Amino acid sequence: MKEVALCFLNLFIFIFGWVLLPVLETTFCNVSLKNPLILASGILGLNKNNLLRAQRGGAGAVTIKSVSLEERSGHETPNIAFFEAGMLNAFGYCNPGIEEALKEFSDLSCFEVPVIASCTASNASDFAKLVEALDKLDFAAIELPLSCPHTPGHGLLVGQGTPEATKEIVEACRKKTKKPLLVKINASLPGIAEIALAAEKAGANAITCSNTLGPGMVIDINSTKPVLAFKVGGVSGHAIRPIVVRSVYDLYERIKIPIIGLGGISRGEHVIELLMAGASCVGIGTAIALRGHNVFEKCCNEMLGWMKKHGYKSIEELIGLAHE
Amino acid sequence: MNEFAKHKIKEARILKIEQETPTVKTFELGVSLDAVPGQFVMVWLPRVAEKPFTLIKTGNTIAITVKKRGGFTEKLFQLKEGSYLGIRGPYGKGFTWNGVKKACIVAGGIGTAALLRLVEELAKNKASVDFVADFKTKSEILFKERIEKVANLHIITEDGSFGTKGFCPDFLMGFLKKNEYDKLYCCGPELMMVKVLELCKKFDLKAEFAVERYMKCAVGLCGQCCLDEWLVCRDGPVLSSEQLLKSKEFGKFYYLKSGKKVAIQ
Ligand SMILES: Cc1cc2nc3c(=O)[nH]c(=O)nc-3n(C[C@H](O)[C@H](O)[C@H](O)COP(=O)(O)OP(=O)(O)OC[C@H]3O[C@@H](n4cnc5c(N)ncnc54)[C@H](O)[C@@H]3O)c2cc1C
Ligand SMILES: Cc1cc2nc3c(=O)[nH]c(=O)nc-3n(C[C@H](O)[C@H](O)[C@H](O)COP(=O)(O)O)c2cc1C
Ligand code: FES
Repeated sequence: MKEVALCFLNLFIFIFGWVLLPVLETTFCNVSLKNPLILASGILGLNKNNLLRAQRGGAGAVTIKSVSLEERSGHETPNIAFFEAGMLNAFGYCNPGIEEALKEFSDLSCFEVPVIASCTASNASDFAKLVEALDKLDFAAIELPLSCPHTPGHGLLVGQGTPEATKEIVEACRKKTKKPLLVKINASLPGIAEIALAAEKAGANAITCSNTLGPGMVIDINSTKPVLAFKVGGVSGHAIRPIVVRSVYDLYERIKIPIIGLGGISRGEHVIELLMAGASCVGIGTAIALRGHNVFEKCCNEMLGWMKKHGYKSIEELIGLAHE
Repeated sequence: MNEFAKHKIKEARILKIEQETPTVKTFELGVSLDAVPGQFVMVWLPRVAEKPFTLIKTGNTIAITVKKRGGFTEKLFQLKEGSYLGIRGPYGKGFTWNGVKKACIVAGGIGTAALLRLVEELAKNKASVDFVADFKTKSEILFKERIEKVANLHIITEDGSFGTKGFCPDFLMGFLKKNEYDKLYCCGPELMMVKVLELCKKFDLKAEFAVERYMKCAVGLCGQCCLDEWLVCRDGPVLSSEQLLKSKEFGKFYYLKSGKKVAIQ
């Protein structure tokens, strides 16, 4: 008798909840996520302690900082320069190298959310070596940033932002792993749909759009010098959001694989805008500097508030809505 | 102000340079800034680098005290009055001293700079302060007159050329046995801070430590300055004894410029 009553109560709560409360749970590349917000690569992500913080801040998934074969100290400071609508960074892919990363991330059991790997190299065969190594760990997916605008020998500065290079790198990596491969592109480029199509054809499971844009430059007029030691850096934050929204909108019409949208997202309303443009998940990076490490939780609450007010119940309902 | 714009570089030309010791200089900079004692700024020398320094003075002008260590600080030491520096900040979490009536401050070398404004604030609140300062040798003693004005200063030199000869944690032991403090504050070489933390635990004394880690962004993005789960640029540089007693890395590991984890010697 008691069980039956409990069962009814549960059913009631379930139906009531379904009618009234939106949910943020979603799946992406067959991985279930408690919400569609992902910590972007390169923000924290140097080690597990760093990533755990984003997990505690409410992220639905977290990405490690891109690792390379060799240890890299990166560019000299300043690595970061601010302007009214965002910032520039030129860290130059500082990272302890794949050997250290394999040690650091060998045991991911402390994570409740999926952990995504990211790696960078100058050519397809080095990319393949990295993917082969990362494949052995418990990462939920592997991201290939073919789009960094400020590191010699990597990304755009070594010509990885073309359909041809994308095809070659993704094909080489595809042979080394069955895990979802995410290809991170740069919305600064004119032919992003062709790059994304090449990635899709070569076996990528999703597109991440976008890396930091530009590069840009900030000059301190009082000293007459560029602020960044590397002079130029990738632009992130508020300023790039409309470009990212447009790029994701365009990609959604051209490719079949899902899209992780990111760039300038700092509020729940921004997340919803990007979902409507066609993103299935949304990355957050720079906004941590503005709203703290629990920016994920804050965005989730804002999303739930907005969805409730406007009668939306699930993330899936919102994806691509702007195209209808 | 706009949330991004507040991090923009501010012009902070050098107004005055004072040679404090053979290896330490104080630079007064022409920029107005308010900050809590213990907070720091990123100091930019164009075409060279940008590095963190604690403020020893705030208000209409600010000041930093710098110990010559490597490339950046050597270049700073060559600058003249009128030279250009840029700053951004203040960053981080400073000291807390609400309700503290009797305090013990423990400083090692250049760490004295991080505690200078704190001791002056404590004095303003009429707290009685025992200030134990540890220096290599007599010529490296810092801020003697300024501290003596507001606290009971006890100087220790490693070679015995001034004050008590010896090692600060040993000396401190005697102090903690004789006195009851509301709080202890400490900044110095990490291995010394570890010893002081052990003493605080032994005497069940609440304490705050100003900690150093390699910094790049100072805004909690790059993760470079991590100490366990804390980011020293954002949650520190001042961390409590409760936090540090839980730490697995304090006194043991830090992260190089590449992010590689290495043992502290
Ligand atoms: C929060 C904080 C406050 C500080 N306040 C002061 C201060 O008031 N006075 C003072 O003299 N020093 C202070 N420092 C240390 C100061 O930043 C370094 O001494 C300085 O950066 C050395 O640079 P360098 O190029 O001369 O030496 P290098 O030869 O490059 O390095 C010497 C040592 O300085 C440290 N260091 C170098 N670069 C950095 C960096 N970007 N971030 C942190 N540490 C670094 C490292 O431990 C290194 O081993 C502070 C550091 C931190 C983290
Ligand atoms: C400090 C910083 C470091 C970054 N490092 C990486 C990186 O290592 N690999 C990568 O793929 N993207 C990197 N990025 C790009 C971000 O992942 C993200 O694509 C971009 O910043 C746009 O999102 P945002 O505006 O939310 O920050 C970095 C961005 C920043 C700000
Ligand atoms: S210095 Fe970048 S997170 Fe602290």
